[in-house]
Amino acid sequence: MFAYVIRRTIATVPVVAIVAVFVFSLLYVTPGDPAAVIAGDLATAEDIARIRARLGLDEPFLVRFAQWAWAAIGGDLGVSIFTNQPVTRMIQQRIEPTLMLSLCTLVITVVLAVPMGVVAAWKAGTWIDRAIMAFAVLGFSVPVFVLAYLLILGFSIELEWLPVQGYTPLSAGIGPFLRSMTLPALALGIVYMALIARITRASMLEVMAQDYIRTAEAKGLFQNEVLLGHALKNAAVPIVTVIGIGIALLISGVVVTETVFAIPGLGRLTVDAILRRDYPIIQGVVLLFSFTYVVVNLLIDLSYTLLDPRIRY
Amino acid sequence: MASITRTGPMKLPSERSKRGPLAVLRRHPTAILGGAILLAMVLVAVFAPFLGTVDPQKVSPIFRLRPPSERFWFGTDLLGRDIYSRVLYGTRVSLTVGIGVAILATAVGLLIGLVTGFIRLADNILMRFMDGLMSVPPVLLAIALMALTRASLENVILAIAVAEIPRVTRLVRGLVLSLREQPMVEAAIAAGSGLPSILFRHILPNTIAPLLVQGTYICASAMITEAILSFIGAGTPPNIPSWGNIIADGRSVFQVKPYIIVFPGIFLSLTVLAVNLVGDGLRDALDPRLARRI
Repeated sequence: MFAYVIRRTIATVPVVAIVAVFVFSLLYVTPGDPAAVIAGDLATAEDIARIRARLGLDEPFLVRFAQWAWAAIGGDLGVSIFTNQPVTRMIQQRIEPTLMLSLCTLVITVVLAVPMGVVAAWKAGTWIDRAIMAFAVLGFSVPVFVLAYLLILGFSIELEWLPVQGYTPLSAGIGPFLRSMTLPALALGIVYMALIARITRASMLEVMAQDYIRTAEAKGLFQNEVLLGHALKNAAVPIVTVIGIGIALLISGVVVTETVFAIPGLGRLTVDAILRRDYPIIQGVVLLFSFTYVVVNLLIDLSYTLLDPRIRY
Repeated sequence: MASITRTGPMKLPSERSKRGPLAVLRRHPTAILGGAILLAMVLVAVFAPFLGTVDPQKVSPIFRLRPPSERFWFGTDLLGRDIYSRVLYGTRVSLTVGIGVAILATAVGLLIGLVTGFIRLADNILMRFMDGLMSVPPVLLAIALMALTRASLENVILAIAVAEIPRVTRLVRGLVLSLREQPMVEAAIAAGSGLPSILFRHILPNTIAPLLVQGTYICASAMITEAILSFIGAGTPPNIPSWGNIIADGRSVFQVKPYIIVFPGIFLSLTVLAVNLVGDGLRDALDPRLARRI
């Protein structure tokens, strides 16, 4: 088991390295002069030369990459072109709201979506099942920002139950914090919920066709004991896997959700960086998000042994 | 068994016996609904100039921020541009991006997938690279690409396609690896068929159905990604009316003039929903085992 953990962890290193190479080389492979694109239409020749020097575009690719990668391993992601601040510090300043939003979304999603999938599988073929699956298709189709605006329109502007925009940190009290998180987490969570509910249903249906479920029912166990104790437990691995893969949806959604709700997190930082074409920040954020994604999925891989004792390494 | 697998996906006997439009409608009502909406959107895109629209870029400051009325069906935006016309013309952008990305990503993914499925060395190198690409969340990857290129519709399609290619490659590679072990391929090799013949007669035809389904889902998610990119200002250039652009324009006045966002939002959601429904229908009809794409 321990050897597997080590092996699996080491296996993620090349993946992260490839991401790093890719994110870095984007500057070189895109058509046209990236320095000119970053500088914008009103830039002078000096501006372009300055940006080129800043990004190190004059130096050979490998030299530049080695320097950048070495610094990145030490936590130095370069300096923002626009604010001249270290990218790492800018990320640190913005990370809390994003982390909180993601955690709230994750909790809401799992708490709502897994029971939805279980109920849909249990009542397969009935109108409850159809309603839940209709919700899932809709969830896949309504883009996060459209949903976000509809939620604001309904709950903040018409009903005035919740704040329209803005972020209240946890330090300002749990009540205001939860009020400011509810709509963003819901908007961000819907796609994710749709995904998890669908997989939970499919996975449960597969398990419920097994002989041991029939045996459990024949023993006279209560329906909920069979559903939760036998079926859900055995359906857990695919569900947890898709929760991990779905983090990609969450990360993509964060960028948009923070823009709609004016939350000063990493997503907002990314959008601002795009508008100013501040490439070191974009690089840093993409690298950080991808790294998080890889680590989360590594942890999920390792959790399989806890979820399913039959899996041994 | 061999006689069935020869021509690709199996048809259930019941599907063969019940033909005719009514039977199809009864079996896949949602897919038909999706197809109808999609057809309507295609017609809107093609005939946008003849559907009572005006120039979607025409700025008229005296008519700015008019609510929906008989003259301006969906109202006007901050610059007095007619939102109805902009939304209708926006259909063209969404469909172009959706279909363009779907075709590009499936074609390139198919090619790389076939190569990796057949050549061991290429498999090791390319799949490691694809693993890396797949660990960058797709929208973020497209954002990073768009931040470095000038905004144009072609670049939007390219950027989104790059993010989708690894998933198609994975799918094709998996299919090729499992198809290679099928008795029909073994039989073909025994009968003396060369690689091209195996590839084109046995492998390729069997990838079409899953790719068609996958392509549909890619089309749906590409339309959402385009809207996201345009919404955050890294997508379709502002001089082309796309649904994402219209919504981005309406952002600042959303609380007082929600209609600027609501109309393109409805069109976008409906179109994506339609494509997803068609995809689900195709999946059920062509390959019930194919997992829905993540």
